Amino acid sequence: MTGTLVTSKVNGDEVQFIADPGETLLDVLRYKLNLMGAKEGCGTGDCGACTVTLNGRIVCSCLVLGVEAEGATIGTIEGMADGNRLHPLQQAFIDHAALQCGICTPGILVAAQKLLERNPDPTEEEIRYWLAGNLCRCTGYDKIVRAVQAAAAQMRA
Amino acid sequence: MALDQPRKFKYVGTRPARPDGIDKVTGRAQYGNDITAPGMLWAKVLRSPHAHARILSIDTSAAEALPGVRAIVTGADFPPIEGDAGMRDVQLNCMATTHVWYEGHAVAAVAATSQAIANKAARLIKVEYEILPHVTDVDAAMAPGAPVVREGQTMENVPAGMSANVTYHSEFGHGDLAAGFARADKIIERNFRTAATHQGYIEPQACLASMTADGRGELWTCTQGHFYFRTACAAILGIEASALRVTASEIGGGFGGKTQVWAEPVALALSKKAGKPVKLTMTRDEVFRGTGPTVTTSITCKIGMTKDGRITAGEATLRYSGGAFHTGTCDMGAMAAFASYDLDAVRTYGWNVLTNRPKEISYRAPGAPQAIYAVESTIDELCQLLNLDPLDVRIKNAAKAGTKSSYGVVFEEMGLLAALKAAKAHPHWNSPVPEGASRGVACGFWFNFGGNTCVSLNIGTDGTVAVSEGNPDIGGSRASISLMAAEELGVPYEKVRTVIADTGTLGYNDNTDGSRVTFAVGLATIRAAQEAKKDMMRRAAAIWGIDAEAVEWVDGAAVPAGPNAGKFPPMTLAEIAAQSFQTGGPIAGHCDFQADGAGVSFGVHIADVAVDQETGKTKVLRYTVFQDAGKAVHPDYVEGQMQGGAVQGIGMALNEEYIYSDKGVILNPGFLDYRIPVASDMPMIETVILEIPNPGHPYGVRGVGETPIVPPLATLTNAISRGIGKRLYELPMSPPRVLKAIKGH
Amino acid sequence: MRYARPETPAEASRLLAAEPGLARVMAGGTDLLVQLKSGLVEPDLIVDIKHLPGAAMITREAGGFRIGAAVPNQALGEDRDLVAAWPGVVEAASLIGSTQVQGRATIAGNLCNASPAGDSVPALVAAGAVARVTGPNGERDVPVQQIPTGPGKTSLARGEFITSILLPARPARAADAYLRFIPRTEMDIAVCSAAVNLELDGKGVVARARVALGAVAATVLEVDVSAALVGTRLDDAALDKLAKAASAAAKPISDKRGTVEFRTHVVGVLARRAARIAYERAAR
Ligand SMILES: Cc1cc2nc3c(=O)[nH]c(=O)nc-3n(C[C@H](O)[C@H](O)[C@H](O)COP(=O)(O)OP(=O)(O)OC[C@H]3O[C@@H](n4cnc5c(N)ncnc54)[C@H](O)[C@@H]3O)c2cc1C
Ligand code: FES
Ligand code: FES
Repeated sequence: MTGTLVTSKVNGDEVQFIADPGETLLDVLRYKLNLMGAKEGCGTGDCGACTVTLNGRIVCSCLVLGVEAEGATIGTIEGMADGNRLHPLQQAFIDHAALQCGICTPGILVAAQKLLERNPDPTEEEIRYWLAGNLCRCTGYDKIVRAVQAAAAQMRA
Repeated sequence: MALDQPRKFKYVGTRPARPDGIDKVTGRAQYGNDITAPGMLWAKVLRSPHAHARILSIDTSAAEALPGVRAIVTGADFPPIEGDAGMRDVQLNCMATTHVWYEGHAVAAVAATSQAIANKAARLIKVEYEILPHVTDVDAAMAPGAPVVREGQTMENVPAGMSANVTYHSEFGHGDLAAGFARADKIIERNFRTAATHQGYIEPQACLASMTADGRGELWTCTQGHFYFRTACAAILGIEASALRVTASEIGGGFGGKTQVWAEPVALALSKKAGKPVKLTMTRDEVFRGTGPTVTTSITCKIGMTKDGRITAGEATLRYSGGAFHTGTCDMGAMAAFASYDLDAVRTYGWNVLTNRPKEISYRAPGAPQAIYAVESTIDELCQLLNLDPLDVRIKNAAKAGTKSSYGVVFEEMGLLAALKAAKAHPHWNSPVPEGASRGVACGFWFNFGGNTCVSLNIGTDGTVAVSEGNPDIGGSRASISLMAAEELGVPYEKVRTVIADTGTLGYNDNTDGSRVTFAVGLATIRAAQEAKKDMMRRAAAIWGIDAEAVEWVDGAAVPAGPNAGKFPPMTLAEIAAQSFQTGGPIAGHCDFQADGAGVSFGVHIADVAVDQETGKTKVLRYTVFQDAGKAVHPDYVEGQMQGGAVQGIGMALNEEYIYSDKGVILNPGFLDYRIPVASDMPMIETVILEIPNPGHPYGVRGVGETPIVPPLATLTNAISRGIGKRLYELPMSPPRVLKAIKGH
Repeated sequence: MRYARPETPAEASRLLAAEPGLARVMAGGTDLLVQLKSGLVEPDLIVDIKHLPGAAMITREAGGFRIGAAVPNQALGEDRDLVAAWPGVVEAASLIGSTQVQGRATIAGNLCNASPAGDSVPALVAAGAVARVTGPNGERDVPVQQIPTGPGKTSLARGEFITSILLPARPARAADAYLRFIPRTEMDIAVCSAAVNLELDGKGVVARARVALGAVAATVLEVDVSAALVGTRLDDAALDKLAKAASAAAKPISDKRGTVEFRTHVVGVLARRAARIAYERAAR
């Protein structure tokens, strides 16, 4: 098993790592780049806890090979706040108690940010369908949807 | 500790930001799988592919020969536990010895220099099995001649002549059943079945274990109770509890499912053997196959009712299987089944039955949802048969303060009637049922629980407060505990920081379960704060030169009690704290006790559903939860419990189930086919919090976490059954099952 | 396992053909990585086709649409002309997985994964889509229904792979629709499904109809429904005939996702509902 040298841009910074061919982007982020924000809830694309952006689209990083990141632009939860300034979505999640255990939160925030980029004023239904691949077992989704709506309203203002 | 008048709160009942919020929205919070250690190894568990088999041999030589493999353990590496049969079962569940009792039962584990090598090595371990007959269905396991899961597990109270799989029997109730049924105008008896379901927390079990040659260990793990984990790991490894320090990571959901060890003793044993730290993370597949689901049940329920809706007698037989190990969950079901009602004649019988399934572990109100589902469904069917309003009937029969419950306890002040009346007055109940939809209602109950608790509270010289508690925070409890400390001391919430102490720095705390944390840890925090306050009043008295008894605590400051005590300006907590080194040293309060008086919890749910008559698929259109919280310390997180629990119950009702092959193999060990609700499945979950103070808590707090998972099973059954004009008696109400009922075959 | 990222179709084909062990094409990887994780396949070589020229593009061709084999499904919904011409194909592709899966998964991958439950496949079959296959012997065009031959099996020869899929030009008054049954609203694999593609004449009478069913046989099942639909305005009698024909054609199995009875009944319901949607779209 020989590794491949991969160069990509993560949260705006150029990074290099050696990826084993079978290694997922999620494992690379967590164990090679020490970005532990993306979580592995299933490893098979079903839970969305590992959501990151890859060349502008959200993906499950557990379903991307590390070697595929060559030349790619990647965004993770660690890149969402601007230093100590939280993104409005992050603040809304705290203000609206949209997290209980919080394990789903990084993935949901990354996904919701992309939704609001594409659609600044989504309906409840649009939010729910966009986030259908982000399982949350704690909240029943109610407060998550409300927090996304609140952040959207604030970002439009 | 009765409340004289409704208390006015300054901090309790507000909704401040939780202390761990920023860490959790920025990805900084550290969960079970989020730390690493220098020189760390990666582990993998090998699991049985068979539902029931004898282990003839385990050959680890090929795995050992693989470069990078550092240690392999099997059942032989764990010293057998004598005496404590319960702990022996926990040990056998962590690692099989002579037999495997369910598909997914661990048989060996490997630690290696990478996850890939560990995985590969696990596949190289050769286990020779002699396959034995298996049984996964609870009724089949009770039948005469059923394959025997494990010999010799039957307890004394089981009548002779039953299947060897029946391990335990219990009975609860009071009154004359025959006389009660004789008074009824209508009696029905129905059979119900419920599938095993999983807690489905999003974070798989994960830990980092480190044991050194001197026999000391460190364990970092996602747990609902690190003190119990220390006890269990020490017993399973045969070491002293004090040799092991367990630190609870942030926890990515548990719902009861992280109250038991699986990975931890194995990781510790590997670490001991390899002389290196070992990380062991379960895959999602292993979580489904190897950790605890709920019981699977078969229930018979018989209820008699008068024409005007008075329940004259109730009887239920609960056949529960918690897998291949004895569990007492049927007691919970048998005690909870009729708890919502004030009955003259009631009897429930619990049976525990062994099957070749993973060992059950608690899932929110363990045992209660299934039992109450049967009772609430039967009552609803009677309401339909007698043409009675289902809410009125429940109001008429509701248990209240003074009622002798079906499990013997006489209830104190409680909120069932308040919740029922709130439901009846609510716009949801009073709105017309939407075109093509139907409506259901049901009650739910949980005992609540106090338990062993230990809290330390330290006043810093800068006037801040540090609370050390020992219960992992699953849903915002640190915020609630801080609020109660702030309330009691009269300092702003922001001045209080609550941390979860490790097992080396605080006395024993029971697991975070049974809805106990806000109640019991809250109570302990209040008592610790009271102790600290007393000390601060003493210090103020000393500074002022007056009697300690002449000082009282008002709004975060010591003040002279009345004009006779002397005239001194209030001395704030911060001022007293600042002088503490001159007045006798650090100021702290501590409380260790066994909390009781948890105060029962009731809820009422209403659902509107639309069933697609051509496909049997149910859509939940509207859902409202009413629940008594005693006092909602942080209303956001009370609502969160109500909403999250309700949605889990909806999942149980509609689609969640373990599906087995005829070989006893789980066919759906992943989130694609084990169908927990996704965001687009759900409507908003409306909540109505009622506050009927719990007399057992100075602020009136009751636990709220368990109850909300209970009512949805019957609420949806009642709604769907009314919608399709056919009664449903089995969960989940998956589309094929509902369509079959609609089409009547 | 090795990973290759060829830059021309010929190179990709050469790599695939020359691999002595097991070689696998990777498009979005949403099936492949799951299979790798579970140990279902253990390839020696993975050939990533996302960087081939044109692989990630939708191009107009003779009034139709040529969809590169690496175009993620989300991009299909972003192409307004494509949505207008083939709403059923796009909705089928858009149903696959979550938003995250949509950012990666492809219709060519869905086709080549050859699951009987693949969502885009019935819609592609009903649409008369044609796959362009590149291999050691050059290029050939193959109707999509000839690609899958059984669960997990395709007719592609060693070294062959799909570079693009062509959706033909549309006459006026034509539309398609796709419906699947799943127990939840999202994130499930189809229990059964139906795609309907209709062309109407100037008077709103069905002139041509194609219907394909998913998850009721080992491969997607095309049902000849001309007798039921052609010449009608899709009245209830025609829809009844369609539903019956669909249920009659279905040869499903019982498994963890559904029973024979359930699939047989529901596939008829879906065919009827999809036909009505396609008709309304076409008549618009
Ligand atoms: C969470 C989740 C949910 C899903 N939900 C659905 C669903 O609802 N409906 C559904 O139909 N599917 C679903 N899938 C399966 C999968 O997403 C789809 O089948 C998808 O379309 C596959 O496309 P891909 O590009 O990712 O394929 P890949 O994984 O890249 O490839 C799939 C297979 O096809 C082969 N292959 C790929 N491209 C080519 C090519 N151009 N030429 C020859 N062979 C090729 C590969 O070698 C592999 O064997 C789901 C998957 C996940 C993880
Ligand atoms: S871990 Fe990637 S989707 Fe669950
Ligand atoms: S907050 Fe726990 S899974 Fe979402």
